[in-house]
Amino acid sequence: MRAPVSWIREYAALPAGLGSAELAAKLTALGLKLESLERPGAEITGPLVIGRVLTMEPEPQKNGKTINWCTVDVGDANGTGDPQGIVCGAHNFAPGDLVVVVLPGGVLPGGFEISARKTYGHVSAGMICSSRELGIGDDHDGIIVLPADAGEPGRDARPVLGLDEEVIEFEINPDRAYALSLRGVAREAAMGFASSYADPCNRPVPAANDDGYPVLVEDPAGCPVFVARTVTGFDATAPSPDWLQRRVRLAGMRPISLAVDVTNYVMLETGRPIHGYDGDRLRGPLVVRRAATGERLTTLDGVDRELSTEDLVVCDDSGAIGLGGVMGGETTEMSDATSTVVIEAAHWDPVSMFRTGKRHRLTSEAGKRNERGVDPTICEMAADRVAELLTTYGGGTVSPGVTVVGTPPTAESIRIGYDLPGAVAGMPIDSETVVADLQAIGCHVERDSDGVDGVGGVTVTPPSWRPDLTDPYDLVEEVVRIVGYDRVPSVVPVPPVGRGLTRDQRLRRRIGRTLAALGCVEVVSFPFVGDEAFGALGLPDDDPRRHTVRLSNPLSTEKPQYTTTLLPGVIEAAGRNLGRGALGVSLFETGTVAIPTDRGPAPIYGVDRRPSTAELEKLFEAIPAQPLHLAAVLSGEHDPAGWWGTGRDADWSDAVEVARELGRELGVAVRVEQAEQMPWHPSRCARLLVAGADRELELGFAGELHPHVCHAHGLPRGSAAVEIDLDVLMSRALDVRPAPEFSLQPVAKEDVALVVDDGVPASVVEAALREGAGELLESIRLFDVYTGPQAGAGKKSLAFALRFRAADRTLTEAEAGAARAAAVASAASAVGAVQR
Amino acid sequence: MSGPNTDYDPVEVTPLQAEQVAAMRDDAVAAFAAARDLDELKLARLDHAGDRSPLALANREIGALPPQARKEAGQRVGEARGAVSRALAERTAVLEAEAEQRMLEEETVDVTLPTGRRRPGSRHPLTLMGDYIADLFVAMGWEVAEGPVLEAEWLNFDALNLGPDHPARTMQDTFWTDPADDHLVLRTHTSPVQARTMLSRTPPIYVICPGRVFRTDPYDATHSPMFHQVEGLVVDEGITMAHLKGTLDHFAQQMFGEGITTRFRPSYFPFTEPSAEVDMVCFVCRGVPGAVEDCRTCRGEGWIEWGGCGVVNPRVLRACGVDSERYRGFAFGMGIDRSFMFRSGAEDLRALLEGDVRFASAFGTDW
Repeated sequence: MRAPVSWIREYAALPAGLGSAELAAKLTALGLKLESLERPGAEITGPLVIGRVLTMEPEPQKNGKTINWCTVDVGDANGTGDPQGIVCGAHNFAPGDLVVVVLPGGVLPGGFEISARKTYGHVSAGMICSSRELGIGDDHDGIIVLPADAGEPGRDARPVLGLDEEVIEFEINPDRAYALSLRGVAREAAMGFASSYADPCNRPVPAANDDGYPVLVEDPAGCPVFVARTVTGFDATAPSPDWLQRRVRLAGMRPISLAVDVTNYVMLETGRPIHGYDGDRLRGPLVVRRAATGERLTTLDGVDRELSTEDLVVCDDSGAIGLGGVMGGETTEMSDATSTVVIEAAHWDPVSMFRTGKRHRLTSEAGKRNERGVDPTICEMAADRVAELLTTYGGGTVSPGVTVVGTPPTAESIRIGYDLPGAVAGMPIDSETVVADLQAIGCHVERDSDGVDGVGGVTVTPPSWRPDLTDPYDLVEEVVRIVGYDRVPSVVPVPPVGRGLTRDQRLRRRIGRTLAALGCVEVVSFPFVGDEAFGALGLPDDDPRRHTVRLSNPLSTEKPQYTTTLLPGVIEAAGRNLGRGALGVSLFETGTVAIPTDRGPAPIYGVDRRPSTAELEKLFEAIPAQPLHLAAVLSGEHDPAGWWGTGRDADWSDAVEVARELGRELGVAVRVEQAEQMPWHPSRCARLLVAGADRELELGFAGELHPHVCHAHGLPRGSAAVEIDLDVLMSRALDVRPAPEFSLQPVAKEDVALVVDDGVPASVVEAALREGAGELLESIRLFDVYTGPQAGAGKKSLAFALRFRAADRTLTEAEAGAARAAAVASAASAVGAVQR
Repeated sequence: MSGPNTDYDPVEVTPLQAEQVAAMRDDAVAAFAAARDLDELKLARLDHAGDRSPLALANREIGALPPQARKEAGQRVGEARGAVSRALAERTAVLEAEAEQRMLEEETVDVTLPTGRRRPGSRHPLTLMGDYIADLFVAMGWEVAEGPVLEAEWLNFDALNLGPDHPARTMQDTFWTDPADDHLVLRTHTSPVQARTMLSRTPPIYVICPGRVFRTDPYDATHSPMFHQVEGLVVDEGITMAHLKGTLDHFAQQMFGEGITTRFRPSYFPFTEPSAEVDMVCFVCRGVPGAVEDCRTCRGEGWIEWGGCGVVNPRVLRACGVDSERYRGFAFGMGIDRSFMFRSGAEDLRALLEGDVRFASAFGTDW
């Protein structure tokens, strides 16, 4: 809402010396937030005056341009009273016109200093200005030609141009629709400075009669009040008066024609949107009803719309001629030929306005006000004001007929205790203040005859322009904002003893730190994906990860799905880093993915009570499962080469190690087995498993990314990735770890090298060794894998370091040897291992 | 000591004469001193302290002396051998120390060489900031509440006094799932967590809810369709706006430094009444006009918009099953991304969401 300060002052008798910044600050403190304070003329200094063009001599120039050598009467503004000689390149004026002249010594926006200077063979002493040069418009096709009655030459041009005006732009919250009018802004301003206030809607209006334009409201719930007035013999081509155009423009609207400007002006003044019909084009009585099925209407913006049966329409005998309260129709639009104007000032149901605006994606100044709630009692005043302005400036007469259909809804009264505002604010607010503040905003306040609840209170009837005031707490806000939010004290509340972070919250932090310790950098990605992303990962058509929750209004039609995997985000980020010159990158992301439950729709319950436990269960069930995932990508250089020696690139094992390290950190054994799963290399992919209560649980996958996937994302071949379900991992995390016991006896070391078939997993060999070695085995570590002639074709040699230790004694060589032999025997029988 | 010996053969015992023994001792000590390193010392030791050294040979001859002379000669040779052995030990110690010193010098490295053999990891600054905020409140005895990102429409809107036709719903452009009548949304704020908390717990409630939220905003330097919010909710007996103010003042100071207080401006949120915008004193110019020339952070206003807050609307308490006669609550919410940008001076929100390690790794693993 843009409010010219002079317009505010028309209704609010503010202190004379009050600056606009101070006014804006006060209104901000009251809840009308300052968005910007505009002083259009602030950048112009020096003499800017009205001039009358006396002569103009066109002089063609060598460069093909024709300039005008003008003499301009600027009164005494130049100190001599003689005409001023000025060169002007524009041609849109004639001798006798009033123009805007900046004289030498003046400065225009941008620091443009004006001086008398020689040009085109003349001394040009000043400049005839365009609106662009003055910083008040984009029009630079010609200079400003002022209306003939703009004023005497030599007078300051600023007031004529509105350059002395200051405009405060407010951000108006949806509950304060009354402040979408000068009437409302001025009321707050007057309240803020304890000034007197003159309500522009306080005007006498003629009584309703049966002679007005016939109106039939078939849906009084949708349109409780409909007022119609008629103006005849009107000259639609008459211009809007300059002051009115200026105010409309300052308020942010474009002057169009007298009839349109006047309806807009009255809307800005009162907050009540008005519609004017070309009375000559109306056919029969106006009827307000809901649209019929399949009914269509071409609105003023030229759009042909199919109407919904919930839309309120205004009709005449020809059918729908307007979307009530939202936008008029083309067929009855006023034009230059209009001589009869039928003025509609109607009160519409805000909910219906909101729905119609949303349905047709129509936002208008009228709709914005109607859907937030306009004072329903001012329809007659507003219509009368429009009629007055139209006939004042466009001639014609106001017909005596006054149509008023319906009665405005009345506000419900609200009772509050005197103590409530103070109790909510946390500071003392006495009953006198409560009453005075509520009266200041226009409430009718009745004190309890006797103290109810032992405290006493008031029964409050909100004013007609405050439909937002419905609850006791609404009144509390009014009282507290007037007392001053800045007076609320600062007191830290003391909660009961807390329990700190939850187990999962602590585990998540640990997981993040563990990954950082592994050298991974955390990233945050958008969770939106499309088929293209799944395709780039090589997911088969029937892959369950393609079964997603879809968005009905995605930002990008290419990414309309909520992801089931975090891999696209981290892989893309890795590609971006490498593309920007990183030699290698290790990234991780944790976040929830969404698995459709297909148990929708989610119910919508009432809000007058808590839903029952069964109802809540139904609600929660309909929400997609959203497990917490972790994905990491390790690509390119992993350890850099340096003076210490060679470096190495990331490979499949780094990805598996991420999962194993997390398992170690959380006390969960992660089992690894060979698997095939896109987007991983089919021969270098590990399935990760953890023990569950009664069966193994799949944690996720890790390994080298498929070469196609690397290629598609600009990653070097060999890049590795892991994705696991952290909810599964955290569910198995060890909560209480027993203190380890260990022996102080000497260790016995035994190495074994076993030859097995190529296809036998190392983990199986290790498990067999472990089982055979018995309880003396302290640890086992695979330290070498050899394939080659000495192992034999189709074979590999695995070298393990075994460490044995007894709890109570030094092991003899024989004991250690026996344990080693048992381990080897176990491996031999399990996988046919042969000792090298 | 016994009396002087008179009956020995002077020829046979020449090597055991005092002058001879002293000479042997002195030769040995001189040879040790002359040794320049442990190898030379080893040779000198063999010559002068080994089995074939003059003193060792002289020692053997003691047995050939007449008994009267043995004691004196033995004593003389013994003393000399002791002196030689001490000299050897001393010289050995000196040369070993020298050798060690040489070795240590030879092992000199250039300690200014680069040492980064592995790239450091880091956590995302928004994670760090979320944790930091959570810790602030946990330290006050609050708890951290969470909820899902894909949320039921009823919890995101209706339960928070945002009915289906509430104009405020257009203030938050919402992502809906398909089909839209499934009544599921990407939560537009973390407030549904408040509703969930009230539905699942009984007061007193003191919770902080950090989380990811979505709105159909364009993606530019200051807007993103995905961002992060933190909300606080208190429901208890006797709660007032003063408690809200006190909490936010404390929060602002912990985040932005001593003396950073807050101010309230009347505002509108469906879920609170009274409602307020919360501004904080500009942490750059400290709200002192002219203290910083052309303060860009607050554009010279001295205050920075930080978030929204208010007294929980009794309608919300009712929908969530809280006795609104007995309990009152307050709630507040602000952007984590925005707060982070304030604190770090980051100017483009997109840096947070691009995953460039040069950005994310600048913040380490804890705030």
